[in-house]
Parts: sequence; C-alpha cells; structure tokens
Amino acid sequence: MSTIQRDMSLTGDPKSINTQQKIASALGLTGFAILMAALFNVNFPNKTLWLTISLVAMGTGIVWFARAAYVHKHAGIKNDGVYFKSISSRGLWAYLIGIALTLFYVALYWFPQYLGVVKDGDNTGVVALFDPLSKFLSGNPASQWFLYGTLYTLAILSFGIKFIYKYRHNKYEIIRTISVMFFQLSLAFIIPEILVRLNQPYYDFKNIWPLNYELFAGYKIDEFLSAGDVGLIMLIFGILSIFVITPILTYKYGKRWYCSWVCGCGGLAETAGDPFRHLSDKSQAAWKIERWVVHSVVVFVTVMTTAVVFSYLKGNESQQISEWSQLENKVIFMSDAEGKPIGERILAAQKAGAKGVVFINEDPTKQPPNIEATEGITIDYAIVSESENAQALKNIENGKGAVLLNDYPNGPNFSIAEKQETVFYDNLWLSKDVFIWFVIILLTLVFGWVMLFKRKELAKDATYGAIGYFVVVISILLFTYFSSPGKLFFFDAYQLRKTYGFVIGAMFSGVIGVGFYPIFGSRVWCRFGCPMAAILGFQQRLFSKFRITTNGGQCISCGNCSTYCEMGIDVRAYAQKGENIVRSSCVGCGICSAVCPRGVLKLENDGMNGRIDSNEILLGNDVNLMDLVNRK
Amino acid sequence: MEHIVIIGNGIAGITAARHIRKLSDKKITIISAETEYFFSRTALMYVYMGHMKWNHLEPYESWFWEKNRLDLKKGFVEKIDTETKTLFFKEGDTLRYDKLVLATGSTTNTFGWEGLDLKGVLGLVSKQDLESLEQYAPNNLECPRAVIVGGGLIGVELAEMLRTRNIEVTFLVREKGFWTGVLPNPEAEMISRHIQSHGVDLRHETNLDKILGDADGNVRAVVTKEGEEIPCSIVGITTGVKPNIAFLQDSKIETDKGVLVNRNLETNIPGIFAIGDCAQQREPIGYRPAVEAVWYTGRMMGEVLAQTLCGNNMEYNPGHWFNSAKFFDIEYQTYGWVHSKRKLKDHEAQFHWKCESDQRCVTISFHKDTNVFLGINTFGIRMRHEVIDRWLTEKRSIDYVIEHLKEANFDPEFYKKYEPEICSAYTNQQTITA
Ligand SMILES: Cc1cc2nc3c(=O)[nH]c(=O)nc-3n(C[C@H](O)[C@H](O)[C@H](O)COP(=O)(O)OP(=O)(O)OC[C@H]3O[C@@H](n4cnc5c(N)ncnc54)[C@H](O)[C@@H]3O)c2cc1C
Ligand code: SF4
Ligand code: SF4
Repeated sequence: MSTIQRDMSLTGDPKSINTQQKIASALGLTGFAILMAALFNVNFPNKTLWLTISLVAMGTGIVWFARAAYVHKHAGIKNDGVYFKSISSRGLWAYLIGIALTLFYVALYWFPQYLGVVKDGDNTGVVALFDPLSKFLSGNPASQWFLYGTLYTLAILSFGIKFIYKYRHNKYEIIRTISVMFFQLSLAFIIPEILVRLNQPYYDFKNIWPLNYELFAGYKIDEFLSAGDVGLIMLIFGILSIFVITPILTYKYGKRWYCSWVCGCGGLAETAGDPFRHLSDKSQAAWKIERWVVHSVVVFVTVMTTAVVFSYLKGNESQQISEWSQLENKVIFMSDAEGKPIGERILAAQKAGAKGVVFINEDPTKQPPNIEATEGITIDYAIVSESENAQALKNIENGKGAVLLNDYPNGPNFSIAEKQETVFYDNLWLSKDVFIWFVIILLTLVFGWVMLFKRKELAKDATYGAIGYFVVVISILLFTYFSSPGKLFFFDAYQLRKTYGFVIGAMFSGVIGVGFYPIFGSRVWCRFGCPMAAILGFQQRLFSKFRITTNGGQCISCGNCSTYCEMGIDVRAYAQKGENIVRSSCVGCGICSAVCPRGVLKLENDGMNGRIDSNEILLGNDVNLMDLVNRK
Repeated sequence: MEHIVIIGNGIAGITAARHIRKLSDKKITIISAETEYFFSRTALMYVYMGHMKWNHLEPYESWFWEKNRLDLKKGFVEKIDTETKTLFFKEGDTLRYDKLVLATGSTTNTFGWEGLDLKGVLGLVSKQDLESLEQYAPNNLECPRAVIVGGGLIGVELAEMLRTRNIEVTFLVREKGFWTGVLPNPEAEMISRHIQSHGVDLRHETNLDKILGDADGNVRAVVTKEGEEIPCSIVGITTGVKPNIAFLQDSKIETDKGVLVNRNLETNIPGIFAIGDCAQQREPIGYRPAVEAVWYTGRMMGEVLAQTLCGNNMEYNPGHWFNSAKFFDIEYQTYGWVHSKRKLKDHEAQFHWKCESDQRCVTISFHKDTNVFLGINTFGIRMRHEVIDRWLTEKRSIDYVIEHLKEANFDPEFYKKYEPEICSAYTNQQTITA
C-alpha cells in the first residue's frame, strides 16, 4: 500500500515538484520565451505558426503541470506546503512575478510602443506576433489590448483547468469555473471581435456598468446610436443589465452570480489568482479601509458617469452651439424651438464654421417658427417639415444627397450633396434635465428605502457613511442643476472620466489589482476598488436570499476558512459564534466551505428571514440556556 | 472588584472569560504557560502541513484582549494554596484570586513504555509538540520513517501531517479496525482502507513494546509486542490524552483522572471551578464520558460557568452529543449516539449504508422496539446540525429520518445527493447490528 506514491519522484517536502511538472514548466516557459523574443524584436518569419506554438506551449504547459500535480493524488483539499513555497508565501519568486506583472501593466497602459504598437504604421514586436489571430477574428491588426485579451483568456482557460483538477471533488467549484471560462472565451474575447468584423460596436455583454465605466461615455453612445438597431439593443441591454438583470439575479443568488461565475476580473482571480488567495489581509483594520475605499469609488463612478452623460446630453442641445463647436463645413440639423432664438443659434453655428443650418419642424400641425435676429447670417438656412421630408432626411442620414422642401411655401429648398458631413442636434429623447432628476430621484429612493427599512441592519459607521455620501452626491447634482443649468457640470466631465480611467481603471484594476496578486492576494481590486462589486455587495448585504449558513455548533475555530477567503473576510469570526455569514464583500467563491474540515459552511439561497443568526450560546448546549441568552 | 483568575487559555478558559466580560465588569486574568495568545489546538496540524501559519490559528487579533480588559499572563502555575487563595508560579511570583477557574486541558497519555524519554518521541497536543515535530521530522531525509502508536483522532492527523512531507508512516493500532472503540465496524474498516490508500503502513492488532535509542539518545526503532523491530526516526504517541493536573497533586483540590466537579462545575473547594478537558464529572451525564476532551464541550462548559460566576447559577446540562473529525479526505460527523460494537446498547439497532466509492457511509442507530431515532454517523456527507438535533429532541422514528434525510443534507450545492440510494437501501435492508 505504501508504494502508491513512490512512482512520482517526490522528495523531502511539499515544495518540491516532480519530473513531469519540471518538463511541463519547461514547455510553458518555451512558449513564453517566444513572446519574449518577439518583444525584443526577433522577427518571426511565419507569425501564425510561432504564435500558435507559443500559445499552445504555454497552455499545455500549465495544464500538464496541474495534471502532474493533482491527478495521482486523492481528490480533496490541496493546500499542502502553500506557506512553504516561495511563490505563494511572499518569497522571492512572488516579488519577481509581482514586479514583472506590474511592468507589463505599465507598458500596456502607458507605453504600448514598447510592446510594438506603432502609431499609423504596421505593428512590430510582440503585438505584431498577434496580428494573424486578430486579423482572423476581427479583420484588423492587433493592438496591445488584443494581445492582453488573448493572454488573459489563455490564462483563465488553462489555469481554470488547473483549478478544476485541484478541486475535482467539489462540483460547485467545477461548474463555477466552467462558467467563468465560458464567459471569458465567448462574451469577452471572441464575440466582441466578431462584432467588429461585422461592423458593429465592440461590446462585451457581460461587462456591466459601473465596472465598464466607459459604457455611457459620449463616444460609446455615439457608436451605439450610429449602429442602428443592433447598437440600440446593445445600449438598452447595457441599461437593463445594471438596473434590471443585476438586481434580480443578485436578489436570487447573491453577487456570486457575477463575481465568481461571470466576471472576467473575478475569472482571472479565481483561476490564475487561486494560488494567492490566502494572501488577502484579514485584519479588522483592512476591513475598515476596504469599506471606505470601495464606496468612495462607487461615489466617484456615479458622479463621473452622471457628469459624462449630462454633458453628452447637453452637447446635443442646439442651444449650446458656440463658436468653439468645431463645425467646419458641416450642415447642422436642429429641432428644438424653445430657448435661445433660432437666429442666434444659426449665427453661432456660422461662427463655428458650419456650412448651413436646417431646422426640422417636427410637429406638422404647428406653424413653422419665425426666425428672428437674422442680421449677420451669411450661410444658408431653412426650416423644413419632418413629415414632408421623411425620405430625404433618411437619405441624408445614410450619407446620400437630397433636396429638402422648405416649410415656407416661398422659401428656397435646401439641397445637400452626397457625402456632405452633417451634425444632428436635439435628436435625443432624453434631456439633460430629465436625466439629472432621474438620477437624483433614483438615489433618493434607494437611500430612503435603506434608511427606512434596513437601517437596523447597518452598523453605525456605515449609516453615517451612507448619509454623508448621499448628502455630498445629491448636493453636487442639485448645485449643478440650479446654479448653472446652462453651463457645464460642476466638474469637467471629460477630465473626470480621464482621471477615473487613469486612477481606477488603469492603476487600481490593472497595476495593483493583478500586478500585486503575489503580494496582496488575488482580489485586491474586487475588494477595495470595484464599484460593481460594491453595488452588488450593498444589495447582497441588504436584499438577497444568499448567505453562508453556519452549521450549528460544529466550528472548531481552526481558521482554514478565514485563511483561504480571498476577500479577506474573517469567516471564522462568524462561524465560531454560530452566525451566518452575510457580508457585502463575499463573492461566493465557495472556498471557505470547501476547505472547512468540519463541514461547517454552506453557501445557499433561502428566505430573507433569520438570514443573520447571531448566537451567544451555540447549538449543543443546554436548551434553556440557549433560549435564555439568545432571545434578545 | 472581584478578581477571577483562569488557568489555561484554551477554548474553555477563553470562552468563560469572554462570557464573564459580557455579563460583568469583574477583573479577569488568564494564565498560560504555553502561548501568549489563545490559539486553536485543533488546527496544529495545518501549520506543519503548510496550510496556515501560526498567526492564523489565533482567532482574535492581539488588540482584542486589551479592548475587552482580559489580562493575559504567561507563566506556569506550580502550586495553589487554597487557604490564602494564592497561586505560585514556577517563575517565582504569586497571584491572588477571589475565584479560580481551572481550564488546564490535557497532556499526552502514555503507558510507561521503555524509551519514552528519547529524543524524537513526541505527542501532538501542545505548541511545543509541534515545534519538536518540526525539529525531528523536517523532511524525509532526516526522518525517512515515523511510527505512530495509537489509532485515534490525533494519530490519524499526525499520519496525514507526516505524509505531506512524504515520510513513511507505520501506524500501530491495537484493534482490528481503525478507532473501533468508537466507530461501528463497517465504518472503521472503511477508514482503515482510506488511511492505507494514503500510503500509510497501518498495522492492526499491533502493540508497542518498547522504543530503542541510539548512542546519542535519539530514537532508532520500535519493537512491537509481536516481536518485530521497526526502524524509525520519530515515534508519535497518540494513545489518547489525560487531564493536565499534575501540578494540583499537593493541593486540597480533589482529583481522580481529572479535577472532580459537580454539575455546577465546582470542585470540592468553593469558589474553585474546573472546565474543559481537565474536568471530570463526579457522575457522568447520560452516555457522555466523565472526562469530555473535545472542543465543543470545553466551549459549552465555559459558556455555562460564566453564567454561574455572574450570579445566574447554572448546571452544566449539555444537549444532544455531537462531534466531528476528518480522516485524511473523509469528513466525519456524528450526532446523538451511535455505539461501536464493543459498547453497543441492548436496545440499540443500527442501519448501515455504504457508497460504492468506499468514501462515504452512513450509520443510523435506533431503538429496537420503538424505532426511535438515536443517532447518526456520516462519512463524506455533511449534515445539518440544527435539523438532526431537532429530530433527536422530537424523538422521530427512523422511518421519518430516512424519509426526510435530504432536509438534513448540508453538502455544498450541486453535490450528488445520496438520499435516494440510502432510502432504497433502507427499504431493502436487513438490520445489521454493527
Ligand atoms: C491535535 C489535536 C486535534 C484536536 N482536534 C479536535 C477536533 O477536531 N474536535 C474536537 O472537538 N476536539 C479536538 N481536539 C481536542 C480539543 O482541542 C481540546 O478538547 C480542547 O482544546 C481543550 O480545551 P481546554 O480549554 O480544555 O484546554 P487546552 O486547550 O488544552 O488549554 C489548556 C491550557 O492551559 C495551560 N496550562 C495547563 N496547566 C497549566 C499550569 N499549571 N500553568 C499555566 N498554564 C497551564 C496549557 O499550557 C494550555 O495552554 C483536538 C486536540 C488536539 C491536541
Ligand atoms: S466568505 Fe467564503 S465564499 Fe465568500 S468570498 Fe470568502 S471564501 Fe469565498
Ligand atoms: S468554519 Fe470550518 S474552517 Fe472555519 S474555523 Fe470553523 S471549522 Fe475551521
């Protein structure tokens, strides 16, 4: 019997790796070496071949390594030696890998030229190596983001398989991992590229606002709107995702449906990041920092997005046209008769270099408006009826030429040449005023609901924090609205988005979030930075059926659960009190339940009543004593 | 202000202290010679296996003690003078108390074998034991083979620990199957097979005779009563634990195996109490052993004693028995009473089911005549404590339990459910009597 494991050349301690693992590592590193060679401008003759060799070698290396590590062993918890290995216990290897990853992210975000991205020219370096794959998928040459996306997907897939080998006794983990692998490969990687090939907007359907903070940026909305029906569906799906789909799923299953079943950031953390999950900080101090930082990010992203949408909507108002509107040689369409006199607007457009202005009269029953203050106008302009010119307007939108009939019987018709550049104003159904009131009312409703019905479930400092943030956000919004409805937002929206993109999008989620995996653990971003996780967590804490049930009095306070919780939750602190774990940060990875040697924890969805059950005296003791003390 | 002194910072002592603090403002001092802070003895194994570091074993951060005004004192109590209510420390100082709680836990139980004092003979109870193990068995070059004596829960943990460093393990067990003093035979046999499948050389019906040393006083081999000499570098003694009460010998506190206490957990000396592993009930409660050396009972005694000390006089009156353990990869839970063959009660019948995988089994015991459900052992299937506890209180019939077993399932989501199989096995059964 004792010969069972002798065939593996294991020596000494759990740190050592067997022969197969050594060969697998060599294979993986060979694949990686090809990328490095390309990075240092080795020009591979047959890029398709070398890229394939590289990716296959890395993928196979990882999978083979995992197979050799786990398959000959019993199914079960595989944490032997985690704290002895340099790489998983903040040793030299951990720091080296951390530094390498960080450098990679810095290059990715700020110095893509070192990866081989050439402005207005053919790619070189390692990015060029990815050109064949990119062209195959989207028809375009690769960018640094395509390279990143490919490696990211490869990492989730191959380390996902490793994870499945490791937890092969645990069906929850297997299914969850297959799910993240699927979503990464299809929705995050392949489908967006194919959309681009089909001339549709690039869209990762599972990348939901506010994680996808660019979703409602002006350029993105323009992209959606100009893509016709498909674009509109995408935009509507984006809005439904956060306002309808997310709340429903989070109510039913907790935030885990997203954070550890769907999300790409979570996907990487759960697969490639798994060997580092125990490095998360479990101290109470870390928890306090977490709550302030992550909720500040939510506030930031909310204000930023509101500002961006607000300024986009404002930019769509013809009243806002000014000499800096950059309308060189364009024909302007507008339709809003209210506010600033139409003549003044035409004049402003003229100063901005416009070629002509068309006012569309949308209501056929109405008299066409009079244009006053026409003094100084030298460019052509006309008032046309929408219903009379429906076909012509459509042609113009499609870039064809057309002649528009003037609404005034004696006025001259307005002809537009083919390929004439046009700009449409006043064509959105949503005005900036409606929008800002919508945001204010929505936030007030959520806040009011929490304060009225859920206040007793919040800790005191959480209540103060919530009130503080609410007051700040609402005052910013109201101030903007009342003090200067015509002017730009309190903050410059564009600057705000850029700052957010730099500090949160790049620094936090990329450099610190992944670069520091081997130092701070795999979920630093998800825990301290992700606004999506914070919003989902807020709902999970207050309005969801999900909880981790603690099994009566069975906990022996061993600490495995807390140690292996990647979110830094001190699970044991709850379990040893017989209290269920209902924490906003819990991503439902299920590892605490898996590593518990006494079967104390179960992730489940059940009714809202008695979800948090805190017991001074645990099950198993004197029934009278339990009644006496626990009935508060 | 009344000064309550607790000797022992294990689960029993710390639980008592926490609850006394919740209920009162008394001065509390907790003494331990072992470690500065409370740690989970149950998790010693995970440090050697590299799953956790020492600090993970400490359930409370270091600020906790000061914040809750729990004074910690490191020192070994050598003598107690119950007349003057004074503790005398090995380090030379003394401490007065108003009320004293003995929560001194256990030490390794040995049977006076020859060679016990050799280097490399160790138990697995204290932090110091863990350190010796790390010293004498750091890897399989320094320690190619270990012998473990005594087939209980600590023995199997030690075996698992050593196997993670690929140290060959010979495991001497007196009985025919693993832990047959407690487990019904089919379960014990399944666990034996599982232990063997992990590369452990498990020797049933084998007894230690003596331990042999080399010239430097290190362990060299063991000799079994059956006459075999097995070379090894360390010997793990895991033949149970006994109350850690040697220092009470000359005091007026009455002891037997442990410190004798009444149902209020009070010793023969008023104002002195004993809880946890070191306490021995004068009259055993139900089927419970007089000395209950498990984590949960230590905690429960602490919870109860805190009430008494804070003026709400309370008897120790535990609910239904429960316990759990893990044998390498197989988790074990027990609720109520399922007796081993040796201890089987006259009225007790058992239904046994084993999964084809040989990794899971369930034994349900019930009253022969009334069919009332008495207890359940599960291996490889998690059960819901609250549900089983309720069924035991409600005295449900075995038929009811089998029929509703899935309500008690606590396995993670998506796990295969074995209840249908168990149910049909029950319907087609012939009752086995272990
Ligand atoms: C390896 C191992 C695994 C276990 N696993 C489980 C399990 O899975 N489930 C379970 O239910 N139980 C388990 N147990 C049993 C459980 O750990 C004990 O029942 C429990 O720890 C007893 O707690 P206690 O508070 O009574 O004493 P202890 O935890 O033993 O604490 C007593 C403390 O008092 C100190 N002390 C003693 N005498 C003196 C003195 N004279 N002066 C100063 N200090 C003194 C000791 O040094 C010690 O620190 C396990 C035990 C071991 C050793
Ligand atoms: S509490 Fe458990 S399920 Fe939640 S994140 Fe931590 S380990 Fe995962
Ligand atoms: S819940 Fe499980 S893993 Fe966590 S401390 Fe308790 S027994 Fe250990």
